[in-house]
Amino acid sequence: MSTGTTKLDVVVSDVVPVNELVTRFHFRRRDGELLPTFSGGAHVVVEMRDGDRTRLNPYSLMGSPLDTREYTISVRRDDVGRGGSLFMHRSVKPGLEMVISYPVNLFSLDLRAKKHLMLAGGIGITPFMAQTAQLAGEGGNFELHYTCRTASLATYADVLRERYDRRIRLYHDDRDERIDLDRLLSTQPLGTHLYVCGPAGMIHWVRDRAAALGWPSEAVHFEHFAAPQPGLPFDVTLAVSGKTIRVGEQQSLLEAIEAAGVDPPYLCRGGVCGQCETNVISYDGKFIHNDHWLSEEDHRSGCKIMPCVSRFEGRSLVLER
Amino acid sequence: MGITFRKETFRDDFTFRNSPEHIRRFPFPFHEDAYMYAVNIEPHVVGPKGSVLENLIDVDEHYVAEMQDRALVLAEDPLRCQSLPHMTLAGWDLLELLMEQQALGYPEHFTLTRDGDRWRWINRPLGIDDTFTFGDTSTLPCGPMEYITRQSQGDFCILDQRDGNLWMDAGMVTTQADWSLDFDIGMNFFEWHAPVPLAHEKGIFTRALKFLTNIQQGKPARRLNWTMTINPRLDTSPENYHKWGPDRTTVTPENVGDKVHLRVELQSFWRLPRSNGIVFPIRCYLIKMDELVTQPKWARRLHRVIRDLPEELATYKGLTRYRPTLVEWLSKLDDGSPTSPGFGPD
Repeated sequence: MSTGTTKLDVVVSDVVPVNELVTRFHFRRRDGELLPTFSGGAHVVVEMRDGDRTRLNPYSLMGSPLDTREYTISVRRDDVGRGGSLFMHRSVKPGLEMVISYPVNLFSLDLRAKKHLMLAGGIGITPFMAQTAQLAGEGGNFELHYTCRTASLATYADVLRERYDRRIRLYHDDRDERIDLDRLLSTQPLGTHLYVCGPAGMIHWVRDRAAALGWPSEAVHFEHFAAPQPGLPFDVTLAVSGKTIRVGEQQSLLEAIEAAGVDPPYLCRGGVCGQCETNVISYDGKFIHNDHWLSEEDHRSGCKIMPCVSRFEGRSLVLER
Repeated sequence: MGITFRKETFRDDFTFRNSPEHIRRFPFPFHEDAYMYAVNIEPHVVGPKGSVLENLIDVDEHYVAEMQDRALVLAEDPLRCQSLPHMTLAGWDLLELLMEQQALGYPEHFTLTRDGDRWRWINRPLGIDDTFTFGDTSTLPCGPMEYITRQSQGDFCILDQRDGNLWMDAGMVTTQADWSLDFDIGMNFFEWHAPVPLAHEKGIFTRALKFLTNIQQGKPARRLNWTMTINPRLDTSPENYHKWGPDRTTVTPENVGDKVHLRVELQSFWRLPRSNGIVFPIRCYLIKMDELVTQPKWARRLHRVIRDLPEELATYKGLTRYRPTLVEWLSKLDDGSPTSPGFGPD
């Protein structure tokens, strides 16, 4: 594939249910060698071969970057999603041979920070598992605030509390515990960097409050977990390759393009890195833009689309692919 | 069979020479009879045996002499090696990369043995055999970047990636073509490229930055750059301009072949795994005109390139003063016949 990353042939070495929604998967290299070193916040793209379909989903690496004998990811089951998480939960067993990408980090620590203030919501905890391990190994200063629905869904809260004790603060929705965000953001020492990963609403809230309280944007880092959304099927003409394809209900536009044998570049498959940006030649209908890469102006212009997460409804769409 | 390392100097009596094999492997940078900027970046993959791309980190017959010259530069001016406090992790990344690559490409000269974070590094050409704890700076005689770049040919810039930009936050720079790490340290990609003419208007730096910030681990990239230097001097820094600047007035029709050198930089770009930074090795290759023109194709082509170079570029590269003398000398070796496509000699 003409992608930005090299592939790794791995075997699933363990599958561990963590709670009623989350399962952890361990990967080792098939040739027994060490996996590439990575930095906290990095993700890999996991190729899921499900019958004649291939899905490629990004997942944060959550192990310690200091241990590259195996990679671990945690997958939250999404019963109404496009089926990638269900495939992982139902069909991926120890011993299965899979292909994953080299690690890519689009949510990197700023190593100049005097202190790292981390805010996680739900499964957004995973990149922080690796980042806290990295910082702890170097004696870094961090503090993690973690909101979850219930104690039983507080994935890895027990592990984090045991490792880092008072540096971890938990907030349970069912107990009406809320982060006092304004107070937290107004009482940080100079040189603190803020990191947030969780649902889109949480990211917006934290970024808005940080901006309102005068945080410089360079000190606010966030990672959207924008999985492609299912939607109505639609037809697309790929002008460069001279193909017409149908995007299925559970398929992303990028996956449909790839299934037709065309390989656009990609890295994040989550609408943030900009690699798969595609020019629109003509269209008659309406775009459903779900990315965080294009500007609002780009969205309004109808000239560009991010096929990894965005969709289309209407009569015709012609892309420069 | 190992490399026979030359005893030679890059200053004073300038005894630097290329052996006949090294002349043929010289990375001649012109694939056609003209030169203009382009985003000439390509994947840094292993190339043909006997070329400078045979290994991704090249070690050649000048290794020992270059390392001795670097030590002399550092003794006079320690600020040629700087690392901002947040760049130590990137220094360890670089140490790992260079030890791995040198041991892989030249096992007869370098050996790396790892037992967890206990590492042993043997560098036979320089007589080094050190055992240290990876990640613990107190177990090395100096910081990790300085330690390994005192043992690796070429300059090294380590760039931190943040805010969608690259920042020159660490480096070892002693063989540079008239730029200063001490001046550029802490600058971002656009700031340190500000003096380059013509390229900004072409949008080259915006595209290059987009490419570089997307460099992925395990997929390094490279490009060639070039200039000319009078005498085989590695350290043509602004700090030492008073030593080398006047050399440019000494070129005569009689000494062109010996004094004028084509200076080619093999620049590569690598994502560093732990720090998520980028390392940018700038490996300098020198060849004197007398050596270069032993390949008739290169002589003809270089004549046409230098003759037709836009004035702004000639000025930026510092050729103005001796360009007429050089072109006149090269013109005698250009019979006007066509040159074959590609970089290599015929």
